[in-house]
Amino acid sequence: MSILSIRGVSREFSTQSGGKTLALQATNLEVAENDFITILGPSGCGKSTLLRIVAGLDRQTTGEVLLDDKVIDGPGADRGMVFQSYTLFPWLTVLENICFGLRERGLPRDQQIEIAQSFVKKVGLVGFENHFPKQLSGGMQQRTALARALANNPRMLLMDEPFGALDHQTRELMQEHLLGIWEAERKTILFVTHDIDEAVFMGSRVVVMSARPGRIKLDREIPFAHPRHYSIKTTADFAALKGELTEQVRAEVIASQALA
Amino acid sequence: MKPLTPISTPKRIALGVSFFVLFFAVWAVATFGGFVSRTFLADPITMVKSGYTLITEMGFLKDIGMTVWRVVGGFLIAAAIALPLGVAMGAYKPIEAFFEPFVSFSRYLPASAFIPLLILWVGIGEEQKLAVIFIGSFFQLVLMIAVVVGNTRRDLVEAAYTLGASDASLVKRVLIPSAAPEIAEILRMVLGWAWTYVIVAELIGASSGIGYMITNSQALLATDQIIFGIIVIGVIGLVSDLLFKFANQRFFPWAALGKA
Ligand SMILES: Nc1ncnc2c1ncn2[C@@H]1O[C@H](COP(=O)(O)OP(=O)(O)O)[C@@H](O)[C@H]1O
Ligand SMILES: [Mg+2]
Repeated sequence: MSILSIRGVSREFSTQSGGKTLALQATNLEVAENDFITILGPSGCGKSTLLRIVAGLDRQTTGEVLLDDKVIDGPGADRGMVFQSYTLFPWLTVLENICFGLRERGLPRDQQIEIAQSFVKKVGLVGFENHFPKQLSGGMQQRTALARALANNPRMLLMDEPFGALDHQTRELMQEHLLGIWEAERKTILFVTHDIDEAVFMGSRVVVMSARPGRIKLDREIPFAHPRHYSIKTTADFAALKGELTEQVRAEVIASQALA
Repeated sequence: MKPLTPISTPKRIALGVSFFVLFFAVWAVATFGGFVSRTFLADPITMVKSGYTLITEMGFLKDIGMTVWRVVGGFLIAAAIALPLGVAMGAYKPIEAFFEPFVSFSRYLPASAFIPLLILWVGIGEEQKLAVIFIGSFFQLVLMIAVVVGNTRRDLVEAAYTLGASDASLVKRVLIPSAAPEIAEILRMVLGWAWTYVIVAELIGASSGIGYMITNSQALLATDQIIFGIIVIGVIGLVSDLLFKFANQRFFPWAALGKA
């Protein structure tokens, strides 16, 4: 039973010179409840575009997106998003940032605080509730952004290279963290990344997109059992799958360079 | 000296004060040394003495009070209308398109050139002074506030929408708080300009105020009083500036983070 259906969605942008660029070819994707789909592809292939259309922040040129059989028409609290850039509200503390969506829903204040506190705990930020975003490291800011999105209890989470700006060590910790949360809460996640390791380690399904104009060229189940431990990254199965995906992505990166 | 390297607070204060000292020293040398005729420039001691007489015997405090009242009154009226209009223009493009060309044109109309017209319309009473301040600050405020609000980070706007924000709460909970520190800076700056308009308004057709005292002193060749008046304006401007800065730091602690 799929909760999200992407049907024949394409996106064409008008260029400044008056021409048209096709960023995304007609794309189909069915996302089932509890899927953790990681999306790989060369840069500029339309990954962000696809995610933004699902979020309702951008509009497709053709096709439609359905969430629980309802056509998506604009952004909403049912689809939480975590961006690559740090998008915490700088004038709000960590706790107030997490309360943002709850307050928008008109929840009583003590309930807002209670829910926000529980997510502060889940993302490991106890003691930082009253810090402003600028007082936090990049990893902590992204954990707050994750908590802020999760606190809204969305139907699904959309993540566009959320760990892209973090250093390697922090990034690996964040992957384990997010995976732990997904295993515990069984959220449905669309996760864009260009890191193949990340895609295989966290995903229950990995999707590879072609060079621009993007389309889905490969859609593969990831067979590793949950809960996953980071040590699976050193197993032979992991390496084999990673090798196969590396080949696929590499071919597209080369194709996209030839285009440019 | 290394470019952009900050210095300690005591050092900064010492340097700032020493320029004032230098300034008065040069002035004292120029006047006491007989390099400049007394008719055109009084010496610092005479200036302080006649300032004392002005305050104790000639009711100059009342003049100062009048001038402050006019600036604050005219400025508050301008700000009270400019704030909602500027925010509306920044947030809603049709409103901006409607007002912006006219406001842009009006801001180049010199407030002082309106004085003769305003005297014809409303006489030489307080309305005329308030109107000069209003004209001088209103259009500037509106335009600058609209620009700041319109420049709100788009990723924050998108984040708010994915958290379920409505259009109205986007304005209230994102556009306004994010622009608030810069709007406070704009108010501080334009208040400084308002000080120059009030004096001009008082030079023509007034029977009280610092500007009035200055015109009167000119007829008497009392350069000591003129200079005292000018210095009083400077001091009041400086104090209001410091109060504003202090208030901004208190109200918007997050804005100062990570800047220096
Ligand atoms: N607002 C826009 N206007 C014009 N072109 C755009 C816009 N957004 C994205 N594009 C183009 O669409 C293509 C896909 O972009 P994007 O989805 O950001 O790629 P990815 O996230 O995979 O790196 C790129 O070629 C990009 O230049
Ligand atoms: Mg992208």
